[in-house]
Amino acid sequence: MIQLPSFLIISAIVFTLGIFTILYKKNAVGILMGVELILNSVNLNFIAFAKYVDVGINGQLVAIFIIILAASEAAIALAIILSLYRERATIDVTLVDEMKD
Amino acid sequence: MEPNEILFLFIAVATVVSAAIVAFSSKIIHSAFALLASFMGFAALYVYLSAGFLAVTQILIYVGGILILILFGVMMTHGIYDTAKKTAHNALSVSLLGGLAIAAVLLLIITRSPWAPILHKPFQPTTQLIGAAILTNYLLPFEIISVLLLGALIGAVYLARAEDKQK
Repeated sequence: MIQLPSFLIISAIVFTLGIFTILYKKNAVGILMGVELILNSVNLNFIAFAKYVDVGINGQLVAIFIIILAASEAAIALAIILSLYRERATIDVTLVDEMKD
Repeated sequence: MEPNEILFLFIAVATVVSAAIVAFSSKIIHSAFALLASFMGFAALYVYLSAGFLAVTQILIYVGGILILILFGVMMTHGIYDTAKKTAHNALSVSLLGGLAIAAVLLLIITRSPWAPILHKPFQPTTQLIGAAILTNYLLPFEIISVLLLGALIGAVYLARAEDKQK
């Protein structure tokens, strides 16, 4: 019963929830959480394919690199959010639109 | 159903429900703790895919590192009892529309694609294989990502330091 499609479906649901989180939250930290959900679901896909389709374990190695990238991305994003908060006293992304025009 | 299938079902439901709490909760601190449950659920799912090293890495880096960073971000950018900003959301209908569009595309892909033949690999430890691969086939990406981590470290310190001290 536990087969490739079950993992793909879990991953697809979490990916959708991550996209929804990014669209729905105005808080910059909330948007960062959505990005983390998406990266996790992509990792699950890679590892599932590494078990069920690939003869080697290339998917697991790609997943390791994704985890490293997610860690550095979170550190940079929180540094940006903190300096934004210090500058503007808000982290509502709809209020930060100087670069829109 | 066998016991491990029941456990798998429980883990899957817990992961998806906590991800939904992350998405729909109006308090950012509740989202952060639901994210913790979701990360743990993903680590348990990795164990089902015979990726024990990845499961431990997931707990160490995501739960021990990224989640703590996110909690710091939540605590430092809000007073804990400040509710007005936390409940502010974009329009629910537009967000749901975007999410449903993505879900439709993913559903089409999952149902229509001709998948590669399924291998039946036994459960085996992969830590040794990962170590060997990182030092042979994946040596160049490994070195590049080390430089990137160094760059991210320096960049984060540069961005987050207090500006007024240098004046």
